[in-house]
Amino acid sequence: MTHMLTDLSRQSLAGLRLLLVMTVLTGVLYPAAVWAAGQGFGDRADGSPVRVDGQVVGSRLLGQQFEGQEWFMSRPSVNDYDTLASAPSNLGPLSPDLVASIEQRRSEVAAREGVDESEVPADAVTASGSGLDPQVSVAYANLQAPRVARANGLPLGDVEDLIADATTGRGFGFLGEPAVNVLELNVALAAAARGGD
Amino acid sequence: MSDTLGGLLTIALLVALLAAVYVPYGDYMARVYTSTTHLRVERLVYRLSGVSPDAEQGARSYATSVVGFSLVSIVVLMGIQLGQAVLPMDRGLPHVPFWMSFNTAVSFVTNTNWQSYSGESTLGFAAQMAGLAVQNFLSAAVGIAIAVALIRGFVRSRSGSLGNFWVDLTRGTIRILLPISFVAAVLLVAGGVVQSFSDLTMQTLAGHSQVLTGGPVASQEAIKELGNNGGGFFNANSAHPFENPSSYTNFLQVSLILVTPVALTRTLGTMLGNRRQGLAILGVMGVLYTLTLVAATWAEVTGQGAAAQAAGAAMEGKETRFGEWASALFVASTTATSTGAVNASHDSLTPVGGGAALVNMMLGEIVPGGVGAGIYGILMMAILAVFVAGLMVGRTPELLGKKISAQQMTYVALYTLTTPALVLVGAGVAIALDPTSEAMGNSGGHGFSEVLYAFTSAANNNGSAFGGLTVTSDFFQITLGLAMLIGRLVPIVLVLLLAGSLAEQGTVPATAGTLPTHKPLFVGMLVGVIVIMTGLTYFPSLALGPIAEALV
Repeated sequence: MTHMLTDLSRQSLAGLRLLLVMTVLTGVLYPAAVWAAGQGFGDRADGSPVRVDGQVVGSRLLGQQFEGQEWFMSRPSVNDYDTLASAPSNLGPLSPDLVASIEQRRSEVAAREGVDESEVPADAVTASGSGLDPQVSVAYANLQAPRVARANGLPLGDVEDLIADATTGRGFGFLGEPAVNVLELNVALAAAARGGD
Repeated sequence: MSDTLGGLLTIALLVALLAAVYVPYGDYMARVYTSTTHLRVERLVYRLSGVSPDAEQGARSYATSVVGFSLVSIVVLMGIQLGQAVLPMDRGLPHVPFWMSFNTAVSFVTNTNWQSYSGESTLGFAAQMAGLAVQNFLSAAVGIAIAVALIRGFVRSRSGSLGNFWVDLTRGTIRILLPISFVAAVLLVAGGVVQSFSDLTMQTLAGHSQVLTGGPVASQEAIKELGNNGGGFFNANSAHPFENPSSYTNFLQVSLILVTPVALTRTLGTMLGNRRQGLAILGVMGVLYTLTLVAATWAEVTGQGAAAQAAGAAMEGKETRFGEWASALFVASTTATSTGAVNASHDSLTPVGGGAALVNMMLGEIVPGGVGAGIYGILMMAILAVFVAGLMVGRTPELLGKKISAQQMTYVALYTLTTPALVLVGAGVAIALDPTSEAMGNSGGHGFSEVLYAFTSAANNNGSAFGGLTVTSDFFQITLGLAMLIGRLVPIVLVLLLAGSLAEQGTVPATAGTLPTHKPLFVGMLVGVIVIMTGLTYFPSLALGPIAEALV
């Protein structure tokens, strides 16, 4: 027993020294090397910031909260797009609370867009996995187009073109889902609305 | 292109990619652990650590090294969290509460990466990269080392040694995990994953205040998936757009999760000098993985359950860029390996989808399991399978030229009992206590599933969660911490003792009466043994949770 304990403490000391060496290698040099290599990809390593008139107004990867008739709306978020509290709702598949919120969101979206409830797509009534989903489905963007065009005094066709520009297809043509980036769309929309004044 | 075709092509590309690297990567890993020469940087590591790399260790010495190293790592990682306010780049955050630091240290050292903390609001950059991410590398390298030691037990004859733990640990980190992680991390940055050292607060387009969170995310993300760790930089893990911004980065992450556990079956075959044995083991893993992938994909894509039906699709807790197919593929892959990263909320999965995630963990993390842990786990089940076969025909069971006697079966029996005991006793005690119902994020059967999932994930060292359960009470921090610690170290010690007992034996030649373990008959038997063992152990608890929910 004493022998085992002596052996354990001797081995632990070697382990401590190895841990310190590995901390320098994998905990300092490695992330620094990735940072250095990452500088070759423009501002992606810094969170893909979006600028308007030189001011950072967000990241193209992080969703934002929009209210008001003139904007395209993001998906529901349980944290109101607070990036210091990324989270899903964690409500279960049979949760009566979740079913009730889905039904409430459905009637709100249908009323806001002036469409039948059956036309509201699933992403418009469900909260995302991060609470920071930067995108909506093409169907949800198109559903909002007539209202946004009216509120900004733009022809519907122009707004639909902006949606097409902000749409990312599937990776390699088949990975993931096509989706529309809401911040990029709204930045382009604001520019178009200003240009039309 | 339809969602279905896109989803099927994604799986086809994944299989093609894994098949392409299977032989070169698997054989490379075999060379890493059989080579007799040390790299210059490795010699430096050994000199600085004061270990002699050419000394061989027996089972007890090897196990003592693993346990000693793990305990030291836990103490150091707790110290980093408790003192993070004095570290650089602390983002002005206070020290981590004591029991949370215990739970988190155990979690990362045991390769579980269960997260009772929220990364963006709890930890500074130094604590993440020089504390947590270091254990991402080392705990993964420990897992592979144990698998290699067990394989040496089968290969060696009349030998008292299993290799040298410090050499196996160092080589796994420097020759395997570090180079692949670097390449993967750079690809992730190219795909938009953040790698910076500062936050930026700004006004959004609509005039709200938002923080553009920075951090060494890409470097941590790469090893998080490659090492089957799973601890996210942010609370939302791989659902967070800064961890996993696109369908490309998502595909890369799923590939990183699966590549090492799959290729290690080739390493097994090559080191044994019996490559068909490696393929047979891969076949067993493939059959069971496919079953759970199909179940999860069917349930998510068809949108089972009241919420999905109300919404028109199972998009609650899922990101638009991934959709149901890529989310289901991630669910199956992260729970079939012991990764535990998530790109969608597991708590909001359909009943069958969440059930598939639970079952994958309950299988014991062996289809294909965590890096290294999957190989030693499935070899333990293979011993059980030859034992059952031996009982049926009345012969002494053998596996890979080694006789399986009472001593070996004792180790295997204790191994197979450890994790289920932790899961069922832990979940049972938690459910019996009053405060647990307050901690549940959902009521009824789903609340029970949250607790069952937590103990299953902890004891099997997976780390994913039904996140609605509030696990920050001292009760959960301590009990789940102990489940992770016991669920990791006790099986490892048993595997090493078994490996030592195998290495001491001579090798018995195969005869006409030997059960061939590289043929389809044995693949079928092993699948059967795994399914029956898991079913007998967990069916009653599954019936109270996901099965009841699926039948509503």
